[in-house]
Amino acid sequence: MSTRLQTGGRLIDRSHREGFSFNGKRLTGYAGDTLASALLANDQMLVGRSFKYHRPRGFVAAGGEEPNGLVNLGKGGQFEPNQRATTTELFDGLTAESQNHWPSLEFDIGAINAKFSRFLPAGFYYKMFIHPRPLWKHVYEPFIRNSAGLGKAPQDRDSDRYEHFYAFADLVIIGGGIAGLQAALTAGQAGAKVILMEQTAHWGGRAPVDGVTIDGAPADDWIAKTVTTLEGMENVTLRTRMMGAGVYDHGYVLGYERVADHCPGLGLPRHRLWRIRAKQIITATGAIERPLSFAGNDVPGVMLASAIRDYAVNWAVSPGDRTVVVTNNDDAYRTAICLKQAGLEVPVIIDARPEASGALPEAARALGIRVETGKGIAKVLGGKRVTGVALCAQAGEGAELEQVPCDAVAMSGGWSPVVHLWSHCGGKLNWDDAQAHFRPDANRAPTSHDGLPFVISAGSANGELHAAATLGDGDAAGKTAIRALGLSATAGGVAKAEAEAEEPMTPVWIMPQGAGVKLRSKMWLDYQNDVKVSDVQLAAQEGYESVEHAKRYTTLGMATDQGKLSNINGLAVLSQSLGADIPQVGTTTFRPPYTPISMGAIAGEARGEVFQPLRRTPIHEWNDANGADFEPVGQWRRPYTYLRNGENRADAVKREVLNTRNNLGLLDASTLGKLIVKGPDAGKFLDLLYTNMMSTLKPGRCRYGLMCSENGFLMDDGVVARIDDETFLCHTTTGGADHIFAHMEEWLQTEWWDMQVYVANATEQFAQIAVVGPNARKLLEKLGGMDVSAEALPFMAWADGELAGIKVRAYRISFSGELSYEIAVPASQGRAFWDACIAAGAEFGLMPYGTEALHVMRAEKGFIMIGDETDGTVIPQDLGLNWAISKKKEDYLGKRAQQRSHMTDPKRWKLVGLETVDGSVIPDGSYGVADGINANGQRNTQGRVTSTYYSPTLDRGIAMGLVLNGPDRMGEVVEFNKVDGTTVAAKIVDPVFYDKEGEKQNV
Amino acid sequence: MLILTCPYCGVSGEETEFHAGGEAHLKRFGPGSSDADFESYLFHRENPKGVHFERWRHVSGCGKWFHAARCTTTLEVFGTYTAQTSEPPQSIKDAITAKRPGWTWRDFA
Ligand SMILES: [Zn+2]
Repeated sequence: MSTRLQTGGRLIDRSHREGFSFNGKRLTGYAGDTLASALLANDQMLVGRSFKYHRPRGFVAAGGEEPNGLVNLGKGGQFEPNQRATTTELFDGLTAESQNHWPSLEFDIGAINAKFSRFLPAGFYYKMFIHPRPLWKHVYEPFIRNSAGLGKAPQDRDSDRYEHFYAFADLVIIGGGIAGLQAALTAGQAGAKVILMEQTAHWGGRAPVDGVTIDGAPADDWIAKTVTTLEGMENVTLRTRMMGAGVYDHGYVLGYERVADHCPGLGLPRHRLWRIRAKQIITATGAIERPLSFAGNDVPGVMLASAIRDYAVNWAVSPGDRTVVVTNNDDAYRTAICLKQAGLEVPVIIDARPEASGALPEAARALGIRVETGKGIAKVLGGKRVTGVALCAQAGEGAELEQVPCDAVAMSGGWSPVVHLWSHCGGKLNWDDAQAHFRPDANRAPTSHDGLPFVISAGSANGELHAAATLGDGDAAGKTAIRALGLSATAGGVAKAEAEAEEPMTPVWIMPQGAGVKLRSKMWLDYQNDVKVSDVQLAAQEGYESVEHAKRYTTLGMATDQGKLSNINGLAVLSQSLGADIPQVGTTTFRPPYTPISMGAIAGEARGEVFQPLRRTPIHEWNDANGADFEPVGQWRRPYTYLRNGENRADAVKREVLNTRNNLGLLDASTLGKLIVKGPDAGKFLDLLYTNMMSTLKPGRCRYGLMCSENGFLMDDGVVARIDDETFLCHTTTGGADHIFAHMEEWLQTEWWDMQVYVANATEQFAQIAVVGPNARKLLEKLGGMDVSAEALPFMAWADGELAGIKVRAYRISFSGELSYEIAVPASQGRAFWDACIAAGAEFGLMPYGTEALHVMRAEKGFIMIGDETDGTVIPQDLGLNWAISKKKEDYLGKRAQQRSHMTDPKRWKLVGLETVDGSVIPDGSYGVADGINANGQRNTQGRVTSTYYSPTLDRGIAMGLVLNGPDRMGEVVEFNKVDGTTVAAKIVDPVFYDKEGEKQNV
Repeated sequence: MLILTCPYCGVSGEETEFHAGGEAHLKRFGPGSSDADFESYLFHRENPKGVHFERWRHVSGCGKWFHAARCTTTLEVFGTYTAQTSEPPQSIKDAITAKRPGWTWRDFA
């Protein structure tokens, strides 16, 4: 069983007990525990079920590389799935639940998948789902849905707070082990502005656990002294619980600080995302021990040798009473020695190497530990917990030599440098044959904006695995950074680190090396995604020779741990299967983040009300207080309609349309784009931007214009008013204001930069209020101050003046077909003018109307709407707007494109009106159906609906649509499809349904 | 995330301050041009591994369009310059030649 040792534990405080719960069980641990160490101290080795086969799984590691120990953490608004118990610091009141099992962790029905494991080989998903199709719905999809994902999705809104930090540094050092500390010391003393971050809560990394001495004293002494020195430097920022999540272009670094995970309830932000620009970066991210591939290496109780050492030294936790050590290197002997010295049993050290005669093996033998060289594990005995191991010759096929009872196995397949952050931005790797791992190639470092290297690797992350070399390498990295920064190093030596010398390791990728398929299909490579040695070998046999393809086919390394333990082992198995060298096969791409970071941290403060700015018109508050049913239009909120007592939306829209047609309506049109185009060449410029001629427009007059992209497609429309010889005011659609402004700037700056024209976006400087309906003039006359008669201000003219004592510019333009004035006033006067209209309008039956009534009325008049009648594939000619396209102009944006054969094809669908035979409303998005079927077996089509409404004015459904040869087919009836599979008959008519002669707007 | 320097206002800013505008130095073909020329102008783009010329706009800054000469593989920035030119200035070409001798891009070298 796993238990707490009576003494020791350098990170725990036995005077502070912390209560927590796991699967509802009340347990206790100590301050300083991780959830993993506390669970192990309570003999909770079984912590989850594997993804595919639901096999029982226990802890393998003690840090961020842990693949199995994932839990659902917290409750309600603080619930989060897939949290690694090994990196979760214990606090009083923590609640955790294991994942991926049903009905319970101990008894799991999904484990039956394991019985069918031969039906779930590599590429299972790809192979099975091709055929037969009906099985998809009833077999495959339910299976995937049940087994997909590990943790549960949160149900509640995240109740925590998150924030972003922006920082700038000369040097960012990622990793606070002895290499990172030394690098910070060297660079800090030289005056560099340094940020040093460490992902755990503790400085020093593995050195204290491994018994390293520095300058003759325990490593902890040097670490404490160095941290104190660094804390005293103003130019050095130290942060624990902060992971280097990613290294990006030009020295951009993301730091993920877990501010309050270990102390919830203090009101601190939970996580903080640091967005840092660094001139130089040192990755001192350490190394991760590799598992060995032997049958049953996933049985709970089989752990990394270094992890067992961590649990014993840091938290005084013994994962087992009797631990068998299996290794291919000297380092794992430290675990055996450490356990033996803690009074625990180590029945045997199984060393795959033919010989083990270094200082560490000799020390182990001197303690009376049996060492078996040239041996391996044939298989692990036990199901939910290790009960023993069967020994075999490493060179053979797995014939059992003897069985050794034990309750834990400490395995070590050697160490892999954490090269992730080095590699994120293009750092290249070399294969180190002697240590059997990839390590950074300093000659092929990531380069920055100036083409010079900006990432330096240090310590075991750089392949310097032994303590003596690690410190020196940290110092060297610090000096390299200083030189790159143009600083000079201060004099002074580096402390001397010492540890037992180690003899060379021997790569072991499969144990035993001649294992047959029966054993290989029990050797796990990727614990989290349930990928075995046999799966990778099968992928290779089936032709997946590229490591990137094999990864996706087998899902090796694609789980949340991103293959931290499985990458090199899987790669080695693949290259052996292909008969190629490991460096030839190469690694998969390392992508940020290093370990998963919370969505909350990515969002930061940008949620809820501050998610994005909300744009409010000067009338917004009035709208809000008077029944406005808002709809988002970009970042604006516009009233869709104004609801009166008990009305539904449809009734309100109907009332607003009829009232505007019969009496008087008021529209807040302030969101319309208002671009001022000014300069001696303004007319010439607008002639190029609009399809029609603007330079001939007289001051005081307005003209409706169309704007196309260079590709010929209609992109915006609106009324242009000529203010004076050199000044135009261009109205754009609400959505077009910003991008049409940008469009104008782009052409002015990058193509016609010789033109003397300025453009200013005055959209927010003016409120614009449309006074619409037969009584419009009466209202303005009552407000008084300027002549708004048909003679003084005819249709499509504008005039400056005063109304209700407010300076205004009145445009006689209409988007409804009614007598209409659009009154522009300075934004600060918008509300006052609106209030004046409301107050004076009662006797004329004035009611405000929203965007839906606006849309209905424009459709009744056959006016197009950008985004309804256009979708980026429609040209003005499709919409019968040839009258707005100048034939005289040599050039305008889109003209050449509109001459292409596809654009002049008479078969292009053209705009018509549609009137249902039964008066009903055609569904939105409906297609006009034609005889026969196309190559895909779908009904042929002959048109589509672009706008469809119930018209209160006509009391029937009306629609506009693009129809094949439409304008030539007036009166013909076409069937349009409905969602239920039936069709509705509609007659092709003129798109202008109301007041075809335009008499009403021109009075 | 790139850092670019706007040649107008002199600000060195984060990529998020800027807006990428595709390939630089396109020659516009309008009415009267051949189908082939127009097609090339509208659709044919370089996709080099190495030296490239791009348009950028300092959209959250001074609002100006400018050009950047950049390496698409290493993300090295050779220089930025005004958009009011139909070819890169000699100083930019020299800067590229110093780093990438023998480079060519469309008609430039
Ligand atoms: Zn600028």
